[in-house]
Amino acid sequence: MRTSRFLAAVAAGALATAGLAGCGGKGTDTATAAGGPIAVKADDSTCEVARTDIAAGTATFKITNSGAKVTEFYVYADGDRVLGEVENIAPGLSRELRVELPAGTYQTACKPGMSGKGIRNALTVSGSAAPLTADAALADATDSYQRYVKSQTTALLEKTGEFVAAIKAGDVAKAKALYPVARTYWERIEPVAEIFGDLDPKIDGREEVIEEGMEFTGFHRIEKDLWTTGDISKDGPLADRLMADIQEIVAKANAEKLSPLQLANGAKELLDEVATGKITGEEDRYSHTDLWDFSANLEGSKAAIAALRPVLQNRAPDLVGQLDTEFANVETLLGKHRAGDGWKLHTALSQAELKELSDGINALAEPISKVAAVVAK
Amino acid sequence: MGERTSRLSRRRAMTLAGTGVAGVVGTAALGASRPWERSAAEDHAASAVPFHGEHQAGITTPAQDRLHFVAFDVITKDRARLVALLHDWSTAAARMTAGRDAGEIGAVSGIPQAPPDDTGEALGLPPSQLTLTLGFGPSLFRDADGRDRFGLAERRPAALAALPRFPGDALRPEISGGDLCVQACANDPQVAVHAIRNLARLGMGVVSVRWSQLGFGRTSSTSRDQATPRNLFGFKDGTANVKAEDDDLAQQLWVQPGDGPDWMTGGSYLVTRKIRMIIETWDRTSLGEQETLIGRTKGSGAPLGQTDEFDELDLELTGPDGEPAIAEQAHVRLAHPSQHNGARLLRRGYNFVDGSDGLGRLDAGLFFIAYQRDPRRQFVPIQTQLARHDLLNEYLRYVSSGLFACPPGVRDDADHWGRALFA
Repeated sequence: MRTSRFLAAVAAGALATAGLAGCGGKGTDTATAAGGPIAVKADDSTCEVARTDIAAGTATFKITNSGAKVTEFYVYADGDRVLGEVENIAPGLSRELRVELPAGTYQTACKPGMSGKGIRNALTVSGSAAPLTADAALADATDSYQRYVKSQTTALLEKTGEFVAAIKAGDVAKAKALYPVARTYWERIEPVAEIFGDLDPKIDGREEVIEEGMEFTGFHRIEKDLWTTGDISKDGPLADRLMADIQEIVAKANAEKLSPLQLANGAKELLDEVATGKITGEEDRYSHTDLWDFSANLEGSKAAIAALRPVLQNRAPDLVGQLDTEFANVETLLGKHRAGDGWKLHTALSQAELKELSDGINALAEPISKVAAVVAK
Repeated sequence: MGERTSRLSRRRAMTLAGTGVAGVVGTAALGASRPWERSAAEDHAASAVPFHGEHQAGITTPAQDRLHFVAFDVITKDRARLVALLHDWSTAAARMTAGRDAGEIGAVSGIPQAPPDDTGEALGLPPSQLTLTLGFGPSLFRDADGRDRFGLAERRPAALAALPRFPGDALRPEISGGDLCVQACANDPQVAVHAIRNLARLGMGVVSVRWSQLGFGRTSSTSRDQATPRNLFGFKDGTANVKAEDDDLAQQLWVQPGDGPDWMTGGSYLVTRKIRMIIETWDRTSLGEQETLIGRTKGSGAPLGQTDEFDELDLELTGPDGEPAIAEQAHVRLAHPSQHNGARLLRRGYNFVDGSDGLGRLDAGLFFIAYQRDPRRQFVPIQTQLARHDLLNEYLRYVSSGLFACPPGVRDDADHWGRALFA
């Protein structure tokens, strides 16, 4: 969490979205090809997509998870720009994803265990494809990111629900396992959440930023009980409050449309979060699960940049190349510390390893800080 | 005799410098540039500030360029030894601020078998406007267990109440607080360090250095003759500071008769805060956001929506978009006297860089120093506002904090620091 957020102050900034947001739908008629939804058979090691060559329009995928791990399904455009995704598909369940796809080449991905780059397949969409105008590309960025936020908030509600249920059932081990997972969805979209300044400290406030007279609540309060005393017998009301606060913020976040400038700033701020809170181990000081948050902030930053990609590709192609390189570099550095489907604890990393991550984040954050000026051109 | 010699050793430099100035007249006519030439400003920077006076020097003294600040724990239980040290310190301080050696023998004039009574690194250096300012911390009066250590508990001013915990404080106890403090300011860092080093040495067995801090550049002006310097955010700092020429010093700065115990009348309360700046993330922040967070332009330092650095802040002003020119949570608005019943502070903080943090980042920031008549009405409410709402907090970490009662000035050679407190 950040102690305060400037994003809200620039919400009414130079690039008002009002004029752009209206032209989100690109008008291609819905045309899921004959045969209904495209079946995706996913398990822990495979991802079979029934058709990989489809017509432009709204495509519907039906993903069935027959594996033992929770999975996710994504449709990516160039640069891993998320056009649609479903999170948190539990074993044995099916979920549908409707996504509007203009002509072009894409990738689909299943992510068993919700981690890594996933099992990728090419997807070709044919039909007429007019290049987006600059304004339309900006508007599309807003819509694209809003889809991302919706997919994340859906999973955030579900996983927080599971976490809260585990707390109330007194299941310490399960709650500990769910804690970093539920936070992943929170950390990915934190720039949106932070717009609602009063809710953020209630959900994600750290002990030292709580003012006198204000109660220490939220994730970190429960984290402290889970990892210090292990006594969560009195945490039921705290868990209920967390759920209520999450529900409130999700409703607000889903209604919010970030301007392209906010997206650019949000991408930078997520990396600032990593630099100031996660690398230092300040964020999850009891559980030491900071690398989960690190990874989620990085993914969130990448998603925001990906939403802006068509604009950037057009206006500053060199910058896009630099961002791709540096994102890949940090992913590689972070990837060294993977443990199963999750991450090593912060305390397991040496100072030299932390410094390497810090250097990687700085190398990425510098070019990211240039994105806002490109978007504002 | 040793004293005379040591006087000569420090004076010689000044005499030589004087010759240099005299020589300017002759050489300037030839248009030659001589390395030993010194301007009037340089002469001033090298000069001495009187140690004795109604108030301690180093408060309204035009802020010097360098700082060495030290906090001590008193390790003796013997009140008489502590009083004797304050006496010895006052004598040494009077000497050093005049550009003389710390002791009567001096750095190089004693017998070969004895260690010198001055450490020597300031030999040949001018006084450099050295000021030494002493303060008493709350823990001198009662320790953490509530014990009245030196029979002073009754004399503790109410204004010397421990500061509250502010939201976001991440204080490290080992570099916070202290029973005594000495602020050494000078225009030459070597002179400031020399002074602290010699005071610490005199105090062996009576006091122990708890923590100390170097500051390499002033961030405030305490006189209207000084240009406003910049902090490590790159912004001018201290534009609206309390300054020596202000007519409300009695109201804002100096403890007045009746405020509390008489021994503090004419003194001032000092708050120190070591504030780490996360400069790497700050540097990636857009100019517009930086200026919005501060509430001033980065170039001239003018309040947003206004033109001159010294324009009075107009908090009512709105921009073309109908929004306040100075944002609701801008630093200058939150700290402005109008938000705090007119309360102001005399700030004389310093930039620091303490090496790096092991994560490829500079360990840099502001060592904040503020003097005031009563922290309960000045620093505490202002900092409470800032801690709650200042958007700059995202780029700051408060890592140390100190509160000290700085008594009035040492009047003459017969007087010493804290004489009235221990009377």
